[in-house]
Order: sequence, then structure tokens, then C-alpha cells
Amino acid sequence: MRYIPNSAEERAQMVREIGLSDVSDLFRPIPEKFRLREPLRLPPAQAESDVLALFRRLAAENASAGEMTLFLGAGAYHHFIPSLIDALISRAEFYTSYTPYQPEISQGTLQAIFEYQTLICQITGMDVASAALYDGSTALAEAVLMAERLTDRRHVILAATVHPEYRQVVQTYTKTLGFDLTLADYDRETGCLDPTSVRPTPDTAAVVVQSPNFFGGIEDVETLAERAHDVGALLIVVVTEPISLGLLRPPGSCGADIVVGEGQSFGVPLSFGGPYLGLLATREKFVRQMPGRIVGQAFDHQGRRGFVLTLATREQFIRREKATSNICTSQELCALMAAIYLCTLGPQGLREVAFQNLQKAAYLSRRIARLPGFSLRFRHSFFNEFVVRTNRPVNQVLRRLQQEKILGGLALGQFYPELGDCFLVCVTETIPREELDRYVAVLEQETSSS
Amino acid sequence: MANYPEDCLYTREHEWIRVEDDTGVIGITDYAQAALGDIVYVELPSVGDSFSQAEPFGNVESVKAVSELFMPVSGEVIAVNEDLTDSPELVNQDPYGDGWMIKITISDPDELETLMSASEYEEFVKEEEKGK
Repeated sequence: MRYIPNSAEERAQMVREIGLSDVSDLFRPIPEKFRLREPLRLPPAQAESDVLALFRRLAAENASAGEMTLFLGAGAYHHFIPSLIDALISRAEFYTSYTPYQPEISQGTLQAIFEYQTLICQITGMDVASAALYDGSTALAEAVLMAERLTDRRHVILAATVHPEYRQVVQTYTKTLGFDLTLADYDRETGCLDPTSVRPTPDTAAVVVQSPNFFGGIEDVETLAERAHDVGALLIVVVTEPISLGLLRPPGSCGADIVVGEGQSFGVPLSFGGPYLGLLATREKFVRQMPGRIVGQAFDHQGRRGFVLTLATREQFIRREKATSNICTSQELCALMAAIYLCTLGPQGLREVAFQNLQKAAYLSRRIARLPGFSLRFRHSFFNEFVVRTNRPVNQVLRRLQQEKILGGLALGQFYPELGDCFLVCVTETIPREELDRYVAVLEQETSSS
Repeated sequence: MANYPEDCLYTREHEWIRVEDDTGVIGITDYAQAALGDIVYVELPSVGDSFSQAEPFGNVESVKAVSELFMPVSGEVIAVNEDLTDSPELVNQDPYGDGWMIKITISDPDELETLMSASEYEEFVKEEEKGK
């Protein structure tokens, strides 16, 4: 869109043209008490060079992933990002594009989204994928609402091993809609759900499970799917670390009805928490209740292939309050990053990255488990995250690591009071072996200094 | 030129109902299908569902938009046109025949008095067209 400034005189002319006397007439429907009556209280304008200096100072207060060694995961993962991605998404055609409502001028954007959808379908094992939602947590909330529309039921069972903040977002979304949310607790030994303890009823719309779960453990998705399907409920599978799909069986082949997740691992930078990328894929028979839109492939009257927004008829700009979703954030630029990432790696490359994550996490977990005062909390297969239990104060251990420029993990007590003596450690392919050994050395010093 | 069968009654939302004793067959009019364009999906209720007059009983999706379907009169659904699941285009091809949507038992025959006859509906459509 061009930036076209207009003068006070031109603005007055426009107001006159539509039969008003003042711009404020346009805002008359907004009650007086909510209207701003004085100018915004902003500091005086500054020179561009001063503003840049200010932001440099502010930025210097943060530590970037480049200056620390990151063992933090829990829904946001530090993976290597091929330079190719930045170069390609920096093309103005991509990063200044708007919603591609007009296919005749948006074929490039539409084709990119179509390819992204295809890739997401392939790695999740599903039939259709949405053209990207806001982030992983809202994608889950949307999937829960979708399950209610499909089953006409409002009871939802959420595994306690689903990311705690994702569960909070589901609560926020469903709070006023008369949903009944039940928590399915995890087995204290395995750190996973015991499928026999999950008891959906004929009132259950969906069972929600995350795999790899918040503790890194691989859940028995297949058995949970059977239990859900026995009573006509759907199984929603959450994936916050999609790199795991390079090795694990796709949720679609384990009986998932809706797969949601966070696509940040696919070439999207950590960026202090966003913008990220909500994945949502489902079976074709459920497509009309899928939130957002998909891009479809069609042929013109001369038989030439083209791409076009499909199912947009159910979006809010057409359906208003009857829309399948009132999220209007389609993270297309992040979806493009994910598509380029997956195409760059290819199936073999994705497997390789996943395998490195698995091996490095296994190595570090074994080394930590041999240290006095440290042990692995759960007996389960895990991907690239695991839970460490310590007999020392968790915050002291993490602070000690931080002094050595290591962000060592996430204290779990804030989310799971029963795990106050535990922290969650994530290892990705970006961490060289020397750094894994250094991590262990710092813990060793910590245990010997007491 | 849209067609307006004499044996139906019509609503202002462009549904028709063909009454036989205490039951009625319901669909959308020729004018409505033409205005919607290619119909790609029809979402219909289940047998046994009850609706009041003017209540939405489903929706019809064209390439351009999704529109609600409104009950011409109150009643209970006793049959649903299953053919529309796989062949929604029947609504475009034969709106008053194979493109029918639901069959109901009419719970309040007095409500039929509020509907338009074929000629009244034709007049109504002309007015609508003028307003465009």
C-alpha cells in the first residue's frame, strides 16, 4: 500500500464530501466516556539518530540467544535457521503482502501458502491444513471450539501434560461458552498419561494430549485415540516441538482427528516470544468447521493451474458472528519461513536435525543423571526435553548456570507445585558437545561447593 | 428469467414450501440459487430436529458466501435430502425438485397465511431487483 499524506485542507474536503462537519462525527457511536478528549501524552519528538541510540541502549539490556547457551524449550526452541530464509522472505512481494483476496494479483503468495499447507499435511499425516493461525496456544483453543461444533458436546478432557499456558488459553477462550474442562492427571512415575485413567464419556467433545508432552515424554497417542473414538469424541494432538515429527510417527497415523501446534521451530526466530505460527491440520470431512482459511488449487477455463482462497466464506469478514473463528491473524510470513525451512532441509534433513536433538538430549541427560544430587525425574522415552530433579534449590542451580552464560532450564514449580525440586532441560542441534560438557562441569562445581 | 411454481408458497428470505396435508417440503427458490452462484455445500439439520418459523435450520455455501436457511413455518424435520451431501449442485440445477432440502410436519398451519403466493413473490423479487 502506498503512503499518501494528506493536508488539513484535503481532510476537511473529504469530511464535507461525506456530509459531515468534523472527523469526530465518525466516532459518534462510541460513548463519550470512552473517547479520548486530549492529545496522547507522548514525549517530544526526537531525531532519528537519538531514537536509534535509545533502542540500542534498550536492546543491550537483553541477552540474545547468540550470547548465551540456551537449554530452554517449553514451547519456544532455539534451532538453526538457514540464511536462505531471511533472504527470501525479505522480498517485498512477500513481506509487504496483504491478504490475497484477489487471486489474479496474488498467485505468488497463494502458491507459497498452498505449499506450506502441503508440507504441514505431510509431516502431520493429515488431509488438510489451515493457512496458519496466530500461534500454537490459540490454535489449540480453536481446535477445542472446532470439536464442539463437530460433536455438539462441551466436555473436554485436557491432559495435565499439555503446555500449562496452552491450557490457560483454552480456559480463556471457553470461559463464557459453558464448556466443562476436565484435567487428566499424569502418572507420577512415567510423566505421561496412563491412558486407562482417561475416561471420556458420551458427553465428551475431545480429548487433548500433547506429544512430546510438556516434560518431553512421548504419549501413547494411539490408545488415547481409541478411547476417545469409542464414545464418539475426537482426539486433538498438540505438538509444540514439530522437529520431533522428523522421527516420530505422524499423529495422523496414530488416530488424531485434529493436530495443532507451534511452528516456530521451523525457521522462525525466537524473537522474545513472537510472532510465531499456529499449525492446525485435520481430516477432510471436518474441513468446513476448520477455523481460518485454506488455499486451494483450481483451474481456469483454459485449464491453467491457479491458487485461490478457499473456505474464506466462513471467515469473519463474511460471516461476522457466525464465522468459524474470530481470529483474523493468519501468520503468512511465518508460514512462509516454515515452508522454506522444510523445503531447504527436505525429509532427510528434518530427520537428521531431529536425530541430533534426540542424541544430544540423551547424552546430556545421561551425564546429569550420574551426578550426585541430580537425577531424571521420569521414566519415559523423550525427544529433546527432559526433567531433572535436584536435592539443591532449583533457582540456585539455574542462577549458578546463568553466571556461566548458560540458560540452564525452566523451573517447574511455578506450573506443577509437586515438581518444585525439578527443572526442564531442552537440548537442540545448536549446542555443541563442549557446551554440554561445560553444563555438566558447572553442575559438578555446584555439588562440590556445598 | 426466474421461475415461480404455482404449487409453492414463498418467504421473504427466498425459501419455498410445498404443502401436502400437514407436511411440507422446503428448498430455496430459483431466484436465490441464481443469486448465490455455484453452490458447493449444503448444511442441513437432522431428522427429529424442531424449529420455529423464521429460525435458521441450516446454511448453504456458494463460492461467494455462506447464507442461512430460514424456516418458512414451524415444524419438525421428518426427512433430509441426503443427495445434497455429495451433489450440492442439484440446488442450482433443480431448485424446486431434486434440489429440495428438508421435509417437515407443519406444527401450526396458520403460519402458512404469512407466506407469499407465486405471483406475490414474483412481485417481491422485482421490487428487490429495483432496490439494487
